[in-house]
Amino acid sequence: MHINLTLLVQMLAFAALVWFTMKFVWPMILGPMQERERRIAQGLAAADKGEEELRQARAGAEAILREARERAGVILDQAQHSANEIVEHARVAATQEGQRLLVAAQQQIELDAARAREQLRRQVGAIAVAAAAKLLEREIDPHAHAALLEEFAAQI
Amino acid sequence: MTASGSARIGEYVTEHLTYLSNKPQTSLINFTVINYDTVFFSVLLAVLFAGSFYWVARRMASGTASAPRGFQSFVELVVEWVDGQVKDIFHGTNPLIAPLALTLFCWVFLFNFMDLLPVDLLPGIAHTIGLSHLKVVPSNDLNCVFGLSLPVFFLTLYYSIKVKGARGFLAELTLQPFTSKNVFVQALFVPINFLLESVTHLARPLSLALRLFGNMFAGEMIFVLLALLTLVHGYPMLGTLSGWGLAIMQLVLTFAWGVFHLLIITLQAFIFMVLTVVYLSMAHERH
Repeated sequence: MHINLTLLVQMLAFAALVWFTMKFVWPMILGPMQERERRIAQGLAAADKGEEELRQARAGAEAILREARERAGVILDQAQHSANEIVEHARVAATQEGQRLLVAAQQQIELDAARAREQLRRQVGAIAVAAAAKLLEREIDPHAHAALLEEFAAQI
Repeated sequence: MTASGSARIGEYVTEHLTYLSNKPQTSLINFTVINYDTVFFSVLLAVLFAGSFYWVARRMASGTASAPRGFQSFVELVVEWVDGQVKDIFHGTNPLIAPLALTLFCWVFLFNFMDLLPVDLLPGIAHTIGLSHLKVVPSNDLNCVFGLSLPVFFLTLYYSIKVKGARGFLAELTLQPFTSKNVFVQALFVPINFLLESVTHLARPLSLALRLFGNMFAGEMIFVLLALLTLVHGYPMLGTLSGWGLAIMQLVLTFAWGVFHLLIITLQAFIFMVLTVVYLSMAHERH
């Protein structure tokens, strides 16, 4: 158990070893380790973020789908409604048109009937005049008896 | 036991306590003597530590090893553990502390690990190649342990003065633990405080070195003594039942002590590292 030159050599060796560790070993091990730790943390954070984004996107898609479905329902309702309306309109229009046609026809009929009646009356008058002339064997002046004939025709 | 037997015991123990030096040392301190074995093994272990860690460090820094495995995992484990220990104790920014702690832990552990090699293995080989003595455990040499604790001591002094200033450090040495509001009483306290604080500071490198040395010295001595159980009798003892008993006893006890010693060598390396960090942390503290 003596102290000798070994002490100084050991101190120098120690200093050199600490210097080497500090310069080349420690930073080159801890640096990459911290870098790797950082990258792992980043990766995990990115994964979390991606998951969250996916969740949000799913929720968004869900909302869009629901809205679209609602919209489709509304449009369908509206289409149904307007179809009904169109049919209703058409029915009303057709009824009105029919009514109108009916009225027009009736008027036409009445007109035609009146005209026919008039014609008939005239022919009956002429026939009556002809028959009377035959009966009297002589010509009846239609002009002279016009008033009489008119009165007669009106009675038919 | 015969007289020649006890003489052989003394010879054997002395053999294991003698260094391979350039010349025998008679005085306590003599700086012309050097222990080749201590220097050789400590430098060998330093190269082993620095080389293997540097090999891993270069691979990691070059980015060729992305996923840690094998020896790299072990190195990362040690480095991270040391980093955690240092961060727990030392709350400052000094790039020296953590590498210093790593170096101390690994180097001292490797020193101590040499103690687990069979006590006569390397000395026996040394004898056959013509070396007179060989002590294989560097931490079993006072020069080695003081070679660690004295630089630590100088570092604490350096950082004390650097952080606190010469005046601040001097005040820390002289104005505590005893303080007084009275100037004259305080002046009286100054030498007492200085004495106490000097002892505190000087005791640190001493205790740091001697704790390690004592543990390793005792550990090796136990192995040497266990080896003596059969050594003095030699091979003829295997002809008797008691001889076999002694041989088995040596085997079992050496194994048991080896297992226990494994704990001690790790613990001593850890203590040396932690106390160094604590002392340096105290040097950085302002009052």
